Amino acid sequence: MNSLRFALRLLRRDWRAGELRLLAIAVVIAVASVTSVGFFTDRIERAMARQASEVLAADLRVESNQPLPGFLLQEAERRQLAHATTLSFPSVILHRDSTQLVQVKGVSDTYPLRGKMRVRDSVTGADRVADTVPASGEAWLEERLLPLLGVAIGDQIKVGKRSFRVSRIIVYEPDRSANLFQLAPRLLVPLGDIEETGLLGPASRVRHYLLIAGPPSEMSDYRYWVEDQNIGGLQVEDIRSARPELRSALDQGGRFLRLAAATAILLCMVAVALSSRRFVERQSDSSALLRCLGASRRQVTRIFILRLLSLGLIASLIGVFTGLGVQTLLIRLIGHWFTSQIPAPTAWPLVSGLITGILVLIGFSLPSIIRLGEVPPLRVFRRHLDAPPISYRLFLMAALLSLSILLVWQIGNDEMALRLISGLLAGLTILLLISRLLVFVLAPLRHLTAGSWRYGLASLSRNPATTTMQLTGFGLGFTVLLLLAIVRVDLLSSWQGALPDDSPNQFLINIQPDEVEAVRDLLAQGGIMTNGLFPMIRGRLVSINGDPVSRDDYDNPRAQRLATRDFNISHATQPQRDNKIVSGRWWSESQRNESWFSVELGLAETLGIPLGTELEFEVAGSRVMGRVENLRSVEWDSFNVNFFVIGTPGLLVQQPATYITSFYLPAEKRQVLHSLIQRFPSITALDVTALMTQVRSIMDRGALAVESVFLFTLAAGLIVLYTGIQASHELKVQETAVLRTLGVKRSILLLSTLLEFALLGGLAGLISAALASAISYSLANAVFNLPWELNISMWLAALLGGAVCVGIAGTLASRSLLNTPPLVTMRKA
Amino acid sequence: MLQPSSNQHPVTASGLVKFVETAAGRIDILQRIDLEVSPGEAVAILGASGSGKSTLLGLLAGLDQASSGEVRLFDTPLSGLDEDGRAALRAGKVGFVFQSFQLLSGMTALENVMLPLELAGHQDPEQAAKAALSQAGLALRLHHYPSQLSGGEQQRVALARAFAPDPRILFADEPTANLDAHTGERVADLLFKLQEQSQTVLILVTHDEMLAGRCDRRLYLRDGMLESEA
Repeated sequence: MNSLRFALRLLRRDWRAGELRLLAIAVVIAVASVTSVGFFTDRIERAMARQASEVLAADLRVESNQPLPGFLLQEAERRQLAHATTLSFPSVILHRDSTQLVQVKGVSDTYPLRGKMRVRDSVTGADRVADTVPASGEAWLEERLLPLLGVAIGDQIKVGKRSFRVSRIIVYEPDRSANLFQLAPRLLVPLGDIEETGLLGPASRVRHYLLIAGPPSEMSDYRYWVEDQNIGGLQVEDIRSARPELRSALDQGGRFLRLAAATAILLCMVAVALSSRRFVERQSDSSALLRCLGASRRQVTRIFILRLLSLGLIASLIGVFTGLGVQTLLIRLIGHWFTSQIPAPTAWPLVSGLITGILVLIGFSLPSIIRLGEVPPLRVFRRHLDAPPISYRLFLMAALLSLSILLVWQIGNDEMALRLISGLLAGLTILLLISRLLVFVLAPLRHLTAGSWRYGLASLSRNPATTTMQLTGFGLGFTVLLLLAIVRVDLLSSWQGALPDDSPNQFLINIQPDEVEAVRDLLAQGGIMTNGLFPMIRGRLVSINGDPVSRDDYDNPRAQRLATRDFNISHATQPQRDNKIVSGRWWSESQRNESWFSVELGLAETLGIPLGTELEFEVAGSRVMGRVENLRSVEWDSFNVNFFVIGTPGLLVQQPATYITSFYLPAEKRQVLHSLIQRFPSITALDVTALMTQVRSIMDRGALAVESVFLFTLAAGLIVLYTGIQASHELKVQETAVLRTLGVKRSILLLSTLLEFALLGGLAGLISAALASAISYSLANAVFNLPWELNISMWLAALLGGAVCVGIAGTLASRSLLNTPPLVTMRKA
Repeated sequence: MLQPSSNQHPVTASGLVKFVETAAGRIDILQRIDLEVSPGEAVAILGASGSGKSTLLGLLAGLDQASSGEVRLFDTPLSGLDEDGRAALRAGKVGFVFQSFQLLSGMTALENVMLPLELAGHQDPEQAAKAALSQAGLALRLHHYPSQLSGGEQQRVALARAFAPDPRILFADEPTANLDAHTGERVADLLFKLQEQSQTVLILVTHDEMLAGRCDRRLYLRDGMLESEA
């Protein structure tokens, strides 16, 4: 006998008979959710990253203080990547008798590769997108240069030996925010004209940039290729390494989306497990008959496994294409939110959908299905002979393995996956224990009640296995749904709330120590609140525990960059409000003279700096040494002033420092800033509004995407509800018919069914609320780093919602049994 | 007492004992059953409800294992075989008819009859199944599901399924018990007609004296012991 052909033939018959529909629908939804979420998140994340790439005006930026070797550009051309070249240096420009220090930027024709420049043709004109770069002989400049130089549109200015006509005012320059700490106002000229200025001498402080854009995989390849060239003094940056605020927002958004996708998978796993159990019950006769007719145990097992895998493959394919269709619809709905075109889908979510479908079936269905081979053939005579009970060890191992693989893979964050898995395992254990307890308590209780209560409670206590399975299924399903609801409502708002409307949008840097008091007074008089003025010291990490720090010690490109760059170090007696000490302790006032450092967690992990490490920095020619006393997490997307490394005042107060502050400047108070700059010309004011807008848009789109994913999870939740209710259907058929034959009224049975399911649903809802709260607390603290609050109304909603939804759905599903004459039901049985 | 002897008997049982251990103690179901059935013979096993008829049928068919004693099917001792070995011995050579028909509800009449043929690796299971159904008078019911057939028709499908692979032995467990007298008689007619045509050994378990009377031999199961016609 050809088992595959036979299995396929049986599969076709099963499908027609509706035997496998429930299982198939669960797989289709699982795969459709994963695929659509996969496609959607993949495309949205890429679109978000592309939009965020505006901060670099490219996907990748290669930077050096030496002219960049020509082969870097040639390689980019060979790989057919979009490219642009820019350079930037400080210089004094001249207009009549006025001079002004500016940051000159020369750009090639293709600049910018990501984002658009916005310009105005006159001081009062409307701003518009610039489709070109300045023509030869023309210069565009920042508006604040006009009064400083006394220059107007159309005037000539002199940059070195070359004259330029001022033709436009720069309103927005995409990559301006990647260089927040540039001191001088911008002057933009064509790259081709720079040579004639004669300013590119050996002593000039020129930074050379090669901007690259292209598909993400090509970008990684090109990046690795550049890093393999080992060119000294070269820095390669993408958006994640360029601005911690954007990196943080992008990462957080991605975490939310992946968690949302994982919840849909989890629900489908519960649905598959529930429907598999039902399938096994319904196929036991078929298995016994096959064995009776001469099929071996192995043959029967093989036939059922092949049926399952064939079903998995077909259902996964349907799911994959459903997912593809759904994500197209979603992209159409929100595509216009993005300034750039949303990238085309890649094939990976298709493959990932198929793998998910098969993995879900193997983990949550196979352990049940293989029991079918064990159904005793004698069942043909004695219907009570079932397959041996499922091996919980095997089931747990398979489920845990499949769950772990899928969650770690889909979430892409080991800690989040681990917390979710342990939370669910703990939840499963609690649900199993409570189910047992429920059956134990209800058994004597039913004798104390009468009527509908008695039948309802009896039904729950009479079938402990079914009650346990239903309570566990509903409980896990509700937990996942509530978890997503918490993420969707509480954590998302918390994330968006982390960047309120009055978040700092201005930085003042280069404040000299003797200007600090005056600046503080001026801002206070203008009604502008700051979080304080912080000392900022430039220092380079030279040794860790006495070992010199070298770029070659690290494989990670970020670590290599950090090992060679200057840090902005500060000293303080108190940590910043948005900093959280994750290990060690902050120093007390009496310890201010100790030689201690506080290091940002991400930096410590990247460079391998545990608590107690001795760090040595070179600051203005001298060495500063101290021990790492604590590690901090920092909310980079808060836009507050933050530092990777903070020392005790005693360690750093003698070092040369300038001061920095950030604050929210409403439009109507811009005058305060102008007066401050006029009084202290050496201070540089940086407007980060554009960068904040980028972060906000990432948050908004992230939130919308999570909302969309919630719909899939909801659909999966409905399947769990249906399969859970169906789990006791077979038992109810017989019981209802017998009770009705014995004269129990239809209304009493209807009410007892309602009570039975409402009790199950309410209890599952309550337990789920506790589980979801615990898991979300753990995730909020350890993964999202967001404040968490106990949501009592959610507990109430879960209790009532569970009771009402399961109660009504269960009653509706059982109505057909009550409407069918008992004789018909019993004949069928 | 019937003495088991010749190896030419398709089914023999010697000293067959079946008991079950329960919390309340041991319950003896069958005690030293000896039986031999000749080729083409139709044997009825009669007994009251709960006398162990179906248990004996299950043991003879190799669906269950005896506590002691031996069953030989086609001269092969079943005690030396594991469950898969016993299944392989049955494949294509043993047919069953049950009181509750045991048709798979998701399959049509044709598909139900094709099932044992497909399992036995028959060259053209569809044609063979059609022929069997036609012989059972169900040529116009090929694509009907069990729920669309009457009780009598369902049992006729079950008979077609049992005889389609041309088995050497047919075990029948109360084949007419679920049917009214008239329908039961028509089903019995078909059963004996097919058995006679194919010269299949028939071991029929029933409590119906009339039905048993159509067999070559009647045996009574009383107190776990098998007795020949009184």
